[in-house]
Amino acid sequence: MALLSVKELPIGGIIPEAGNSANYNTGSWRTYRPILILERCVHCLQCWIFCPDSSVVVKAGEVVGFDLEHCKGCGICAYECPDKFHAIEMVLEKQVKV
Amino acid sequence: MQTRVALTGNDAVGIAVAQVHPDVVAAFPITPQTELMHKFAEFVADGKIPTELVLVESEHSAMSACIGASAAGARTATATSSQGFMLMLEVVHIASALRLPIVMPVVNRAISAPINIHCDHSDAMVGRDSGWIQLFSENTQEAYDNTIMAFRIAEHPEIRTPVMINFDGFIISHTTEVLYQLDGQDVQSFVGIYKPGVRLLDPDNPITVGPLDLQDYYFEHKLSQNQGMLAAPKVIREVSQEFGHRFGRYYDLFEAYKLNDAELAVIALGSAAGTIKVVVDELRDKGTKAGMLKPRVFRPFPAKEIAGALSGLKAVAVMDRHSTQGGYGGPLFNEIRSALYGAGTRMPVSGYLFGLGGRDLDLDQIRSIYTNLASLASGAPNDPELHVIGARL
Repeated sequence: MALLSVKELPIGGIIPEAGNSANYNTGSWRTYRPILILERCVHCLQCWIFCPDSSVVVKAGEVVGFDLEHCKGCGICAYECPDKFHAIEMVLEKQVKV
Repeated sequence: MQTRVALTGNDAVGIAVAQVHPDVVAAFPITPQTELMHKFAEFVADGKIPTELVLVESEHSAMSACIGASAAGARTATATSSQGFMLMLEVVHIASALRLPIVMPVVNRAISAPINIHCDHSDAMVGRDSGWIQLFSENTQEAYDNTIMAFRIAEHPEIRTPVMINFDGFIISHTTEVLYQLDGQDVQSFVGIYKPGVRLLDPDNPITVGPLDLQDYYFEHKLSQNQGMLAAPKVIREVSQEFGHRFGRYYDLFEAYKLNDAELAVIALGSAAGTIKVVVDELRDKGTKAGMLKPRVFRPFPAKEIAGALSGLKAVAVMDRHSTQGGYGGPLFNEIRSALYGAGTRMPVSGYLFGLGGRDLDLDQIRSIYTNLASLASGAPNDPELHVIGARL
């Protein structure tokens, strides 16, 4: 997206669009990526509760994956996943085969 | 209709703000502003005006509350001085960057240390880069009139910039002068209903106010902010002309007093200008071509217009009531010299630091300045360029 010039900016530097932080690809900031190990997951949703970026994707009450556009790789989900399940692993972004 | 009254500057300006019926005022007292707040608060306490008066715990909170109110679309005002202004300073810059048309009388007082409650222009000058439009008032009438016009100037769709009305602490704020007070209805009809542009509390058009910028946008945002300042001189003149047509007192970006054919002129802000006029009249009676220029609008600084008005002069003295503590000359001296240099004018310009902490300026001191100007006009070297007047060196 081309950057706006002075004349194109809204007055007072306001952002005239609701919720447009969703357009910001903060996923590009990641060093580590969370990997879900589905077989070990009991869908306790602790990861979903603790994720600061609302990046744990839950459908019909079950964890299905991560929003990689917005996940910053903080690792809180992996940390909060109870030890006996250990259903999330943090893996170096550059080592992940796409 | 106007009523001839005798009021202190504080009472007059407090009444002016009350007559406007602002939606929200958030304020904190500080000498010498306090009685302004008291006078305004009386109207609220007596149920005469519908203003929501928020008595906050500090000036920082006052400006913060004003920003919230103004962003929500309320016509907002406050008032302060000196240390209070310094305390709110971080949010003062935010108010202008958010393009909020807050109106704030500033009762000019020296800044600490040492603690001094008396008049100088340090508070206003520290705020000169804050992005607020700055008006200076010579006397109670001007302070009253400027305050009323300030709402129209700030709220103008091409401006949307907060306005500071400066007037001298104690000298004007606490001195009773005769002035003409407008009828409440006339003030109401002059300022009109405030029509905010975007508003924070509009559920149909949600916005974010005051976001973060990184290196890719801050510069452009600050340039965008400046648009209000750039449009200000024209709008200030229009509003002032309208005020003049309706109420009989005409104001411009500055006052040129007996300047037309003048050879020697002194430039000063605020009440000192009134004292200088006395000496100008005296010198004119003796045949000296003396004049005076009193800027009314300090921000945005009307460089071209002032340079134009000074172009025929032989020598100019600029008086500053604020020490830049390390700058070469005071703020007004620097703006004037820069304006003249830009216009290609090279008459001798000398700078005078005076009046700090309420130190009185007397007629003899002003006479001596004109005497120096006369020597400069005759070819005496302008050395030193910078002087201190009225202090025990």
